[in-house]
Amino acid sequence: MSITIEHEPLTRVRRVASDVAKAYAEEVDLDARFPSEAIDALREEGMLSALVPTSLGGGGSSIDVVAEACFELGRSCGATGLIFAMHQIQVASIVRHFDGAPWFDTYLRRLAQEQRLIASATSEVGTGGDMGRSIAALTVDADGGCFFEKQAPTVSYGSFADDILTTLRRSPDAEPGDQVIVLTHAEQMTLEPTGIWNPLGMRGTCSPGYLLRARFAADQMLPTPFAEVSGRTMTPLAHVLWSHVWLGIATDAFDRAREYVRGLAKKTPGERPPAAQRLSHLMSEVSLLRAEVRSGLRDFVDGMHGGEGEALSTMATALRFNNLKIAASEQAPRICQGALGICGIAGYMNGTPYSIGRHLRDSLSGSLMVANDRIHDTNASLLLIAKDV
Amino acid sequence: MSSDTQASEQEIAAKVRDVLRSHARLPVDVDELTDEADLFRAGMTSHASVSVMLALEDSFDLEFPDRMLTRQMFERVSSIRSAISELMAERGK
Repeated sequence: MSITIEHEPLTRVRRVASDVAKAYAEEVDLDARFPSEAIDALREEGMLSALVPTSLGGGGSSIDVVAEACFELGRSCGATGLIFAMHQIQVASIVRHFDGAPWFDTYLRRLAQEQRLIASATSEVGTGGDMGRSIAALTVDADGGCFFEKQAPTVSYGSFADDILTTLRRSPDAEPGDQVIVLTHAEQMTLEPTGIWNPLGMRGTCSPGYLLRARFAADQMLPTPFAEVSGRTMTPLAHVLWSHVWLGIATDAFDRAREYVRGLAKKTPGERPPAAQRLSHLMSEVSLLRAEVRSGLRDFVDGMHGGEGEALSTMATALRFNNLKIAASEQAPRICQGALGICGIAGYMNGTPYSIGRHLRDSLSGSLMVANDRIHDTNASLLLIAKDV
Repeated sequence: MSSDTQASEQEIAAKVRDVLRSHARLPVDVDELTDEADLFRAGMTSHASVSVMLALEDSFDLEFPDRMLTRQMFERVSSIRSAISELMAERGK
């Protein structure tokens, strides 16, 4: 029904989350395999182009809708939520910074039409985890074609993506910080795996390392430099959307603990189980996480529409979204561990309605994807100069 | 624009270049760059840019408000000079 499709993207995402993502979450986790059923279902609902403007054939959804979708998917399957979040971050980076470039205009229409999935290769072996520096460079052939070769330590769902956004030095003689973004199609690339994928959590994201090679045309370079895209969209939005996924995971862990305590209470009518008080403590922790995540979203949306268009590029803003990332990635596993304490052995066992293992393992990835220590290092510098934090 | 203002604009630019020379850790001499050259593209890192901002505050005895603390504002000698002129003019009022 087209009316539903136009007006109720969230209803559709909730249905995908509860009917599809949830059904395969355990299998995806156990086998460390791509959640293809859930991603295909999101494709069928047109959700991969949610952030593409309607004038280009997309859903024209707001960041609020997409953030809520990340939360809902995270409640059912952390890996599906995170893949969806990462894809939307790449889409938003193009939509907000392609500056009318004809190649990207055509590409966004194709994305909407074909529901293409975008991965990213922003980290690189040899840069010590600093996304703001590249070694690989965009190189131009004698015949005007472009190519690059990049050693990426992780590319989430790289083998399953239709396109990959890659950061590169502008040219072979450019400084490491003089970076551009190129978007290349899977058929323009070769991905040579450099490791196996057998991690603790977020196993469905399928993020091994690759040696990436691509040949492409010059107009596949985004006109806006990476530093600007990163500062104004990619980094703050990543922190906002990732934290919604983590909130989703923590919320499901809390819900499982609540169901467990209700089950105990039903067995002993008239007598409140001791775990009920622990649940109350855990609820306070969930409220704190929710408050921080939701206010981060509010600040991002306000900044996006803020007067001078500079609101998202100040250092005070960078500090704000860095703090969101640190706080949420540390709080979510604490909540999962609290839920595990309540559910006890039923939570510790896999395959029960109260299992918390996957939640705990998935949530632990948060403080590693862009290491919190690195973010603290950046914040320590910014704090020396920012005034109103 | 009076000759006084022009002289002080030049003084500001010279002082900005002194700060860049000591703190921007550029792989080239700052005098090889024009006022309009992109300092980040020339090799100034984000970390170095924070040192530059602190040194500018110290050297000109002023404080950059948050709205000015953006990458764009510290991208060129010319943009830094305008920011400083603006703050000095505000202080002069």
